[in-house]
Parts: sequence; structure tokens; C-alpha cells
Amino acid sequence: MFDTLSDRFDGIFKRLKGKGRLTDGDVDEVLREIRTALLEADVNVGVARDVVARIREQAVGAKLSQALDPSQQIIKIVNTELTNILGGQTLKITYAGRPPTVVLMAGLQGSGKTTNSAKLAKWFKSQGRQVLMVGADLQRPAAVEQLRTLGRQIDVPVFSEPGDPVTTAMRGLAEARRLGRDVLIVDTAGRLAIDAEMMEQVRQINEAITPNYTFLVIDAMTGQDAVGVAEAFHQTLAIDGVILSKLDGDARGGAALSVKEVIGRPIAFASTGEKLDAFEQFHPDRMASRILGMGDMLTLIEQAEKAFEKDSAEEAAERMLSGEFTLDDFLEQMQQLKKMGPISGLLGMMPGMPKELKGAKISDDDLKPVEAIIRSMTPLERRKPELINGSRRNRIAAGSGRSVGEINRLVKQFSEMQKMMKRMGGMQVGKKGKKKMPSMLGMAKGGGLPAGFPDMPFN
Amino acid sequence: MLWIYIVLIAVVLVFGFGVVALNRRRSTGTLQRPSTAPSITTATRPSGTILPKAGSIATTGVAPPVETTEAPVTEPETTVVDEVVPAELESFERPRFRDRMSKSRAALVGAFAGVRGRSGITDETWDDLEEALLRADVGVRITDELLSGLRVRVKSKEIADPNALLTALQAEMIDRLGHRERELVFEPGPSDEPNVWLFVGVNGVGKTTTIGKVGAQQHQAGRSVLMAAGDTFRAAAAEQLGTWAERAGAELVRGSEGGDPSSVIYDGIEKASARGIDLVLADTAGRLHNKSNLMEELKKVRRVASKGKGRVTEVLLVIDATTGQNGLTQAREFREATEVTGIVLTKLDGSAKGGIVFAIETELGLPIKLVGLGETIGDLVEFDPTEFIEALFAE
Repeated sequence: MFDTLSDRFDGIFKRLKGKGRLTDGDVDEVLREIRTALLEADVNVGVARDVVARIREQAVGAKLSQALDPSQQIIKIVNTELTNILGGQTLKITYAGRPPTVVLMAGLQGSGKTTNSAKLAKWFKSQGRQVLMVGADLQRPAAVEQLRTLGRQIDVPVFSEPGDPVTTAMRGLAEARRLGRDVLIVDTAGRLAIDAEMMEQVRQINEAITPNYTFLVIDAMTGQDAVGVAEAFHQTLAIDGVILSKLDGDARGGAALSVKEVIGRPIAFASTGEKLDAFEQFHPDRMASRILGMGDMLTLIEQAEKAFEKDSAEEAAERMLSGEFTLDDFLEQMQQLKKMGPISGLLGMMPGMPKELKGAKISDDDLKPVEAIIRSMTPLERRKPELINGSRRNRIAAGSGRSVGEINRLVKQFSEMQKMMKRMGGMQVGKKGKKKMPSMLGMAKGGGLPAGFPDMPFN
Repeated sequence: MLWIYIVLIAVVLVFGFGVVALNRRRSTGTLQRPSTAPSITTATRPSGTILPKAGSIATTGVAPPVETTEAPVTEPETTVVDEVVPAELESFERPRFRDRMSKSRAALVGAFAGVRGRSGITDETWDDLEEALLRADVGVRITDELLSGLRVRVKSKEIADPNALLTALQAEMIDRLGHRERELVFEPGPSDEPNVWLFVGVNGVGKTTTIGKVGAQQHQAGRSVLMAAGDTFRAAAAEQLGTWAERAGAELVRGSEGGDPSSVIYDGIEKASARGIDLVLADTAGRLHNKSNLMEELKKVRRVASKGKGRVTEVLLVIDATTGQNGLTQAREFREATEVTGIVLTKLDGSAKGGIVFAIETELGLPIKLVGLGETIGDLVEFDPTEFIEALFAE
């Protein structure tokens, strides 16, 4: 796990306390940490150098001595700078006056062109457009078959024929005109950017169908090479926008920054899951935080939105805050939580988690004992754990295969958690839920864990 | 918005319990996670070795019906073998890293030339070296380690001129990749106990293609091969593997799209066992290592693969050479889930430099076994650290 930028700054700024002014040496040290953070996120070396130079200008100009928390202030400068780079002008699709609007998909082998062709088709469909896809990747075995299968799933027709990719693309265009489709998406063969022959092929396709939009699909996990790839494609094809694929992985995605900076074209879409509707317009601000390893709260919330059934979660939250939260509720929420992905990943996205927790190696299997214990309780016991006496405890222990001590601990922790929730509920939860969130996070950050976990043993 | 609270709270809470559970487990010293299978790779080879016979598929005529085999290769495999494979393999000549990685080193040549061009070792020298290593995706940490070691030696006058510095750096890098067993493990055994090589990795790294090439090479080496299309998720993945099976002269076992990958692979192993096939190459769907449900599925595949008659002698993680620092996380998570035995680094003939191998080998101890240096079957070769480093540094 990487340290977050604020972790890195901790040491530096602690020393500065009371000094009131950053010396040149301090600034250098801070900037070095920023550079390391960028490089660990796979931002290109050259791009990182330029970005750090720009941040230096701002950091030196800013009156850090006035700030209560210079560390936060610098992070804000960095974050804003990255957001600006990633954002800038956004891509707004204008449809061709004489349909179809032609979209060419380009990218390296394995970057996700075919899948993203289908995702883009689905997106256009959701915008009320009639789409036709063309399978012009005649290189990879079964690529066209893959596109056809995806096409069936989203109910979008696919045109392809064996032979020459350029001819196929042209025939596809004619077919789109004949059928009166208003968007045509052309999937091309993946290539290693520097393969002259293959680049020539995609250039010819480009010439033959004169696309309105050419999208470059880039894998969010790409390292330093992203810049070279983007440059090579941009030289040959004049890229209009980038589609960032596999953003649902845990890569920090510095490639996005590098590519944007080097070819100056917006990142138009991001692919955020295996399902064909996991495709959305790009959010520069989230990406900035992610590159800096500062947690990705918004994505976390979005994932939660997908995984949790809203009504039941809301109900449970209300019960929780009024102190009526039961072990049943807990079990249910735990199941929902699992749907959001591995717990270690979720923790990585939570900003302000204590360092000890981030570093701890936690697997979802570790939750199984908790589940087993709760499942071995009767419904009544789950509602009122205080009923659990010696004989009940023994029964639960036998049923779950856990020790009596473990059951005691779980019950104790649960009741303390209930108390904590009640306290929070008492803190007058207004309608502006958002406003309250920082205090919760502050709790997690400042005092280690909420009071519900009195003796959390850390490694 | 209330429910957002619960998400946060639940995360903290559930996690809290997790930590407790984990610590308890550690303190009592009882590992509860079932160790899925005895580590087969460390098993000693049986003394009474039965060598694989060339063309053994063709001689076995009895094919017991396998339930999930929807469309087994219908024609006799021999015809395929004769027509396709020799044509492709005739030109087989081991490619040189140096030739194929010319695009990789293009970005580094300038930096190294800069170093050589100076009469002494200056601050710029160190900057150039650092930039070169970072550009190669070696990563901040290992770059720092490599260079600080060299700084000491320069300071002590052990290294005096730029050329000696570059030589020392090369040696250091080769050393970090040294001392590892890189040969693919095949343990000859009874004819009904096939070796199983499982291929895992994230999406789009080239797993299926790698299986195709490994299959062709193994067939060429005289082993009979069966490919199990365990990627039941990606549309048309089985077709892609089928094309490769034909080219490689291998049999194919496939299930239905969206079916259970474990059962497809199990069936493949059973079929191979019944027919006396030497080697099963099992494909799996690409998956991001942070998707717990998919990693659970993969754990099951790994468990089931060693349940039947097969012996899992390799679990190969396929990594794309263009991958940046996330490659290390990938390797760590996959190793955790499936007891990875080695790495296949694909697409090294592109402009990527594959520097992530340093972190993977030194921090995780996983050997890079194969690298992809091109599109043809013969371009997938055993990893050679010396050649690799020399290719990066070549002028």
C-alpha cells in the first residue's frame, strides 16, 4: 500500500510547527514527496516534473505561514492543479448533420476496445440514438464474435465480414446509411503502438470512413509507456478523446494525467466495471484525489449506492441512530457491504483512515467468524443480545464453532457500538446529512477508531 | 442521505471486527484459512518417470463423453496438427531480447548516452539514471535503492567513471533478478494424471493468446495438450481459445458461456486423464484483483483443479509489460488467491520496458518465467535476466 500524500507530509510539517515560514529546503522536500506520489501513481516522469514545477510556483507564492494547516493547504494546491489538468474543456458530442456520426475506436491490444465499443454503443443508445457497430478487428481470433455477442446483449446490430479491415469499415458505413442508423462505432484491431504496419491499417480505416470522433482507449493500469502510446496514436489519428478503461481496479491511474497533459485531449469516458452499463462520463476531481491516494469518497458512495438497497439501508440507519439497531440489521448490512468489493479496497477509498488500519491485511474471510456467530443466534437473541446468558452462550459457541470468549467479545462490542450510535443519533441529525460527514470522518482520523472499539489491538 | 452514514459506520465496524478476528487468529497461531492444496510444485519428481510420447492424442481413440463439452473438436486432431502447426513452427528461431526490445530502450538510450557523454560522474548523471529507471517502470523505491547503493560506491572511489557506473548498474540489476528457477514445471507421472497449468490475470493481458502459444510449444516438444476454456465470462473467449487449440494441435474442452469455470476445468482434467493426455492448459476469465467475488471464484477454480486426477504444477500469472506500479499489487493479490508459481510478462516487444518485474521478483519472490517478444508462437520465450537488462542498456 502506498502512503497517502498527507501521511508523507506529516513528518515534514511537524518539524515546521512554530517556525511559521517555509524555507527553500522545506519546499524542496515537500515537492519531492509530491513527485514521489505522482510517480507511484504512474504519472509519466516528464509530466510529473512539469506538474511539480507549476506547483512550486504556487506553493512559493502562497502565504503558507498564515495557514492553520499548511499541509492541507499544499494538498489543496496540488489537488486543484491536478483537477485543472485533468479537466479543462470537456468533450461534448455533437452529432453529424448527415448521419451517421462515425466513431472510431483505437487502442493497444488488451486495453478494452471491443468491450468499450459496446459500452459506448449502450451509452449512445441511452441518449436515444440508433447505433450500428462494425467489427473491423479481423486480427484477434474471435474478436468479431465477441462484438456480436456483446451486440446481442445490448440489442445493437453488428456488421462485419471477413477479409480486409478497411473494406469492412467502409461497407459498415454504407450499411449504416442504408439502415438509417445515426451512430456508427468502428472497433479496430489492437496493436502495439509502434507496429508500423498495423498503424498504417488503422490510418487507412480512418481515411476511408473519416470519423467524427476518434477515441483512444487507455488502460488505467498503464505505466510510463502511456505517454508514448498516446503520442503515437495522436500523430496518426488525431485523437478527439480518451476512454479510460478498467478504472474499477485499484490502480492509481496516473496514466490519465499523463495522456491528458501530453495530447491535450479530454478524457471523455471512464469504464468502471465489467457490466456493460458500467461506463460514465469522466470526473476530473475524483481522479485527482485518486492519483494522490487521498481516497475516493465519491466513488465509495457511488459503489454503496449500487450495492445497498436504499430503503432498507435508510431504515437501518434510522434504527441505528435511535439505538434500535439489531444484530440482524448488522448481518444484513454486512452482506450488503460485501457486495461493494473487498474490504481492504473499501478502506483504501476511505479518506482519513488511521494508518494502522490501512496497512493491516484484512480479507473478507476474516468476517466469517462474526457471521457464523450471529447466524447461530435465535431471532430473539439477535434482537436482544443482552439475553444471552451462560447456557445460550454455550449453545451459540457450539453452533458457530467459535469460542465462548469470542461470543462475549462480539456481544460487548456490539452493545458499545449501539451506545455510540445512540450518542450520534442524539447529536441531532439534521436534514443536511452531508454536512455531518466530516465530523464522522474526523472521528475516524483523529482518535483512531470511534469509541465503540475501546481496546482495538493493532499489530 | 442518512444511509450514507450507515455505509461509513458499517465499514468501520465490520472492519473493526475483522481486525479483532485477525489478531485473535494470529495470537493463537492457528491459521483458519484452509490451505487449499498441498504445494505441488515443491513435490519431488517421481523416480519412475514415464516420458510423454509424441502424438499420444492421435493414438487414443476412446473419448468418454464429457457433460459440459458442448462442442468438442469434431475432426480428428491429427489433421489439424499436420496442417497448421509445422508451418508456423518451422520458422521457429528464438528471438533475441535485444532485437525485439529495440522500441523499449529507445526512451532510455538518450539518458544512457548522456551519462556516457560526460567525462565524470555529476549530478546530471544521477538525474539521467534516475529518469531512465523510472521511465522503465522500475518504480521509485527500487530506483532509489539501486542508485543509493551506487552512490556509496562512487563516493568510496570504487567506481570512478561513467562507463564503470553503467556497468555496475547493469550488474546490480541482473543480480536482483538472479538465482531463480525459471523453467516451467512438468512432472511426468502416470498417464491418467495430467499436469495442469492454470493461467490467471487481469483483463486484457493476453492470457488466452499465451495459452495458445504455450500449447503449441508444448505440443512441439512432444507433449499432448488439452486446453480448457475456463473463461466463461468474456464473450467468445472459448472461440478464441478454440482457434488456438486448432493451431496448436490441442484438444479443447469448453462449457457454456456464463457457466461455472471450475467445472469446465475439472471436466477438462478428467477428459485429459481418461485419454492419457499429458498436459492441461486451463484458461480463466480476466479479473481485476480487487473484485472479491471474482477472486473467490478463482480460489475455487484453483481448489477444484487439484481435486481430480490432475496435478497443478504451474499457476502462471500473466502480466502486461505496459502495466505500471499496479503490477505489484496484481501479483500480490493473485498470489494470495491462487498460489502463483510464476509470471508471464507479455507484450515486451512494444515500447514498454517491463521494469515492474524488479518489484515483483524482489518483493514477492515470484520468478518471471516467460516473456512475450512478439506475435508468433516462437516469440514466447523463457525469461533471461541478463539478456533483458543488456537489451535495456544496449546502444
